[in-house]
Amino acid sequence: MVTAEKDIEEILGKYPNASRDALIPVLQAVQEARGFLSREAVLRIGRHLKLPASKIYGVATFYNQFRFQAPGRNHVQVCRGTACHVKGSAAVLESVKRVLKVNPGETTKDGEFSLEVVACIGACGLAPVICVNGEFHASVTPQKIQDILDSYRGKAR
Amino acid sequence: MSEGTPAVIEIEVNNRKIEARKGEMLLGALRRNGIHVPTLCHMENLFPTGACRLCVVEVNGQRNLVPSCAFPVYEGMTVQTHSPRVVRARKTIIELLLADHPDDCLYCVRNGNCELQKLAEQLGVRERRYTGAKSAYKLDISSPSITRDPAKCILCGRCVRVCEEVQTVSAIDFIGRGSKATVSTAFEEGLNVSSCVNCGQCVMVCPTGALREQSHVKEVLGVLNDPNKFVVVQHAPSISVSLAEEFGLKAGTDVVGKMTAALRRLGFQRVFDTSFSADLTILEEGSELVQRLTTGGKLPMLTSCSPGWIKFVETFYPDLVENLSTCKSPQQMMGAIIKSYYAQRQGIDPKSIYSVSIMPCTAKKFEAQRPEMGSDGMPDIDAVLTTRELARIIRMRGLDLAALEPQGPDTPFGERSTAGKLFGATGGVLEAAIRTAHWLVTGSEMENLKVQAVRGLEGRKEARVKIGELELGVAAVNGLGNARKLLDELRAGRSDLHFIEVMTCPGGCIAGGGQPFIGDAEAVRARMQALYKIDRDEEQRVSHRNESVQRLYKEFLGKPLGEKSHHLLHTHYAPREVVM
Repeated sequence: MVTAEKDIEEILGKYPNASRDALIPVLQAVQEARGFLSREAVLRIGRHLKLPASKIYGVATFYNQFRFQAPGRNHVQVCRGTACHVKGSAAVLESVKRVLKVNPGETTKDGEFSLEVVACIGACGLAPVICVNGEFHASVTPQKIQDILDSYRGKAR
Repeated sequence: MSEGTPAVIEIEVNNRKIEARKGEMLLGALRRNGIHVPTLCHMENLFPTGACRLCVVEVNGQRNLVPSCAFPVYEGMTVQTHSPRVVRARKTIIELLLADHPDDCLYCVRNGNCELQKLAEQLGVRERRYTGAKSAYKLDISSPSITRDPAKCILCGRCVRVCEEVQTVSAIDFIGRGSKATVSTAFEEGLNVSSCVNCGQCVMVCPTGALREQSHVKEVLGVLNDPNKFVVVQHAPSISVSLAEEFGLKAGTDVVGKMTAALRRLGFQRVFDTSFSADLTILEEGSELVQRLTTGGKLPMLTSCSPGWIKFVETFYPDLVENLSTCKSPQQMMGAIIKSYYAQRQGIDPKSIYSVSIMPCTAKKFEAQRPEMGSDGMPDIDAVLTTRELARIIRMRGLDLAALEPQGPDTPFGERSTAGKLFGATGGVLEAAIRTAHWLVTGSEMENLKVQAVRGLEGRKEARVKIGELELGVAAVNGLGNARKLLDELRAGRSDLHFIEVMTCPGGCIAGGGQPFIGDAEAVRARMQALYKIDRDEEQRVSHRNESVQRLYKEFLGKPLGEKSHHLLHTHYAPREVVM
């Protein structure tokens, strides 16, 4: 297995003498490689760009795209776009949160599921929609969530 | 006016002509002309952010209200600062801030001196026009010095800016976005594991109760009523020239006698003066400097009185930790000798002594609980009160400070030189050290004890000082941003300095994180002048002539840097792993 540190060093190597303006591209590259921004990654990036950790964490939490927990084996996206909202996605999201016992951006303790809220996944005709590991589930209701998620338990992505 | 004064232009404000300086922001011109426009995010000498919008005004030709803090003046502009439209906008801002603010003013530590509360009153907010869900936040009590209550935070950003731009510590920043935004640490962890150095400058600029000191008032009131405790108090050099302001007296009034009387009335059994242990520090530190100079020790030697600064070096400049003097701070030296020498002399069990210090500082609370600051499992200091907390206790007990008959301190740790008193302002430790180093090296006193070059409020003061054959490079720095610049010069190889005094807070302890909220830059200057006046007017001006210090060495310590001193008065510092 490639060590975690090595891929970060590789990314940082592409930004020699970089300063704060390289922060977002670096964060994106690290998230792309690792799936999330670990604490160690944030601290390492800070040393490279000579930025305090509080600043990096502040920037990263400003944008929805960054997450700070490793993604689960199954990745659940709940659409909160306009069409889905009109069709009741707020209640769907509540149901997912209740079933998984996590908030958006978090991963369940057993590493099985991670939850993400997205603004629109371009399937408005199927609203409200959730997407698990890239598979779309159309016209979901809060009642259906338990069964849908259960069907993924134990499955690798 | 001297040359370089910017050109004066005329602008019209509220149908009246006033003068403004070309290129300045409107707010500055308004304030100089006595026109009060409220602000919540504005900070003197820092770049405007225009975040709070309270300083908005109407300017002719501008469709929208403009923030005066970030709007440059121009010839012929006309301004309305208190038109109905402007006042309505300001009031709405306050109402919106209050919509997600706890309604607990009566229980808040800032009740009576809160800027938000004051503005709500001034703008006539009398009903809740906006209601909605209140955000839930976690109180952060992890730091020994500072409590963070995000529920009371109005996101003005002053704490973030002072931490980043003045102190260059950046322990906190804006985290999250929109209605979920908070001021927090990296990874939203406790302040205690962050790079925070506990200086409390964030507390000083916080307009509300979102940042406050970790209070020791309750503990202290508790022991004052405990007959089994022998409660001793010491007060730092800057307290007696700052406390007056809390009681409506003129800034820079020295109330040392009245304060001593108040402390006795409160029930403290002995009242000692930290300036005594400042004198003691000078003998230890001066001797250490001479030793380093003569035996090829690490130079420049950095002072170690200011605990925020110590943590700053441990955190950001671990390679320079060995340059720090091994001396404990005056607070800790006093604590150590009270529970050893004094307890022995008085036949008191040191375990029954409860040692309180009054400090202008929040970092002193951190310092007091550092594991290396004690002996035999006993802390040198049991509780630290800030100037504000002392004022609170005095008011609580209904004491009229101005009316109290002045009293003298207790022996033997009440005796002090004015050199020890100078510790309260930037440059003071250095000045005191130069006086004693001169005596240590040459055996004689300096002709002129006043070292003008290291006085004043500038961020960095440097001098070359001749002591006998030696010529020393010395510097006094205040504010950690200024310290950082100097440390970077040292790292880059600068080698002409031998002794550097650093005080964490801009201006030194007189402007520390535990000082009265009411003090402005003028008040800080007055406090400094008060210390200089004491030094000018009194006879006893050098630490080594403090007879009680001499007796302490004769009866107990032996000699500076001796074995007892080493055990009680010195410590060591080590690099520190924190989130940074």
